[in-house]
Amino acid sequence: MNVIKMPQDKSRIKKLKAGDQLLFSGIFYTARDQAHRKLVKAIKTKKKLPIDLDGKVIYYCGPTETPPGKIIGSCGPTTSSRMDFFIEPLLKKGLLAMVGKGARSQTVKLLIKKYKAVYLLAPSGCGAMLSEFVLSKKLICFPELGPEAVYQLEVKNFPLIVGVDAKGKSIY
Amino acid sequence: MKKSSQNISKKIKKLVEKSSFSLSYDAKRLISQAFQEEKQKRPKQALGWILENAKIAKRDKLALCQDTGLPIVFIEAGKNQELSYALVDKIKKEVARYYKESYLRRSMVDPLLRKKPNYKEAICHTQFLSQVKGLKVTLFPKGFGSENKTQLKMFNPTVDFSQIEDFILNCIRQAGPEACPPFFVGVGIGGTSDQALLLAKKALIGRVDKENPDKYLAKLEKKIIKKINKLGIGPMGFGGKTTALAVKIKKEPTHIAGLPVGVNISCHALRRATVRLR
Repeated sequence: MNVIKMPQDKSRIKKLKAGDQLLFSGIFYTARDQAHRKLVKAIKTKKKLPIDLDGKVIYYCGPTETPPGKIIGSCGPTTSSRMDFFIEPLLKKGLLAMVGKGARSQTVKLLIKKYKAVYLLAPSGCGAMLSEFVLSKKLICFPELGPEAVYQLEVKNFPLIVGVDAKGKSIY
Repeated sequence: MKKSSQNISKKIKKLVEKSSFSLSYDAKRLISQAFQEEKQKRPKQALGWILENAKIAKRDKLALCQDTGLPIVFIEAGKNQELSYALVDKIKKEVARYYKESYLRRSMVDPLLRKKPNYKEAICHTQFLSQVKGLKVTLFPKGFGSENKTQLKMFNPTVDFSQIEDFILNCIRQAGPEACPPFFVGVGIGGTSDQALLLAKKALIGRVDKENPDKYLAKLEKKIIKKINKLGIGPMGFGGKTTALAVKIKKEPTHIAGLPVGVNISCHALRRATVRLR
């Protein structure tokens, strides 16, 4: 089992191969459809981004509300292919990894290779189980998007599988 | 009146909690069976995660999946039943209320304006059926990872069934790993275009682990699931034996000029619950 601790294992994560399993500890930033639209719009209009994307990991996730006494509610991955259209500007800003579910387009695989990023799969439809690997949750930006806002999640030993490795090779 | 109103609230609360926090009994049975039968490492692990997730969700009263769906309510009334505006309105509103009180996700939004998502009233289908006794309410929260893969095709009435089969197989191929396999596949055949899709959804609210009482449809279901499971998509797209856990077909008379077929897929987290109000 590959144990990846970020940010120190930044170069190790790029060496993993499609299909490799890992336990990830570090920071995720949640972002899905509307947050991507906003981030890309900000980049295109040369506005300052609310998060520095360099070396960061985006998790395609919109959690439920947090029940009392919990750190987070159910928080599994959403379909990654809906974000395919947005990813090049984010990779240009140094985005290191994306976490989601399902296959990526051919274009995205080539972009992942070009920018030496990595795409990781989280167990899909297992949001309750995944909530147990989250240590903290903090709102970063776009609160008006509700569950689609950007949250910073600190995770420990979060189970992942490499979907597309830094060489552009896909598990699917 | 007040007492019966409280009674309805209590039942709707139970409906929301049961359908969001627990995997349906029949679905769980089929997933456990698939787990036992799977030999390959990664798909077996995926099925193990699904079962573990169901255990944690139930224990901690957490949503099985963060996509707590768009709530769909089916109200089925038997003979001699009366259905009032007030009752249907109350059911819709109580579903939204308990979505909020159960800390589910605010997933509903204006389709064009896309302003802040929130809890909204459930979509409600009402039907009078002679075979139903009393008044049955079923809540089916539908996640959109799989709902987005819905397809409808208006076939030529003289088409060979193999073409319908190919269409269904193609729907599954196109759904792929991102719609959260292994799937429960609902197929609606006949009626009009809207009716075929509604039938496909209704096919998923009946027991998925029981043979179709219609012998002809049962035979088709068996044939189709065999073919789907040869596609090798597998749990979470990791290959293996099980791409579909069940195929359920419903049919209704249609027009001599047409043959509508609707396919509605549910992810592995098949959640629905039924209560009897009367």
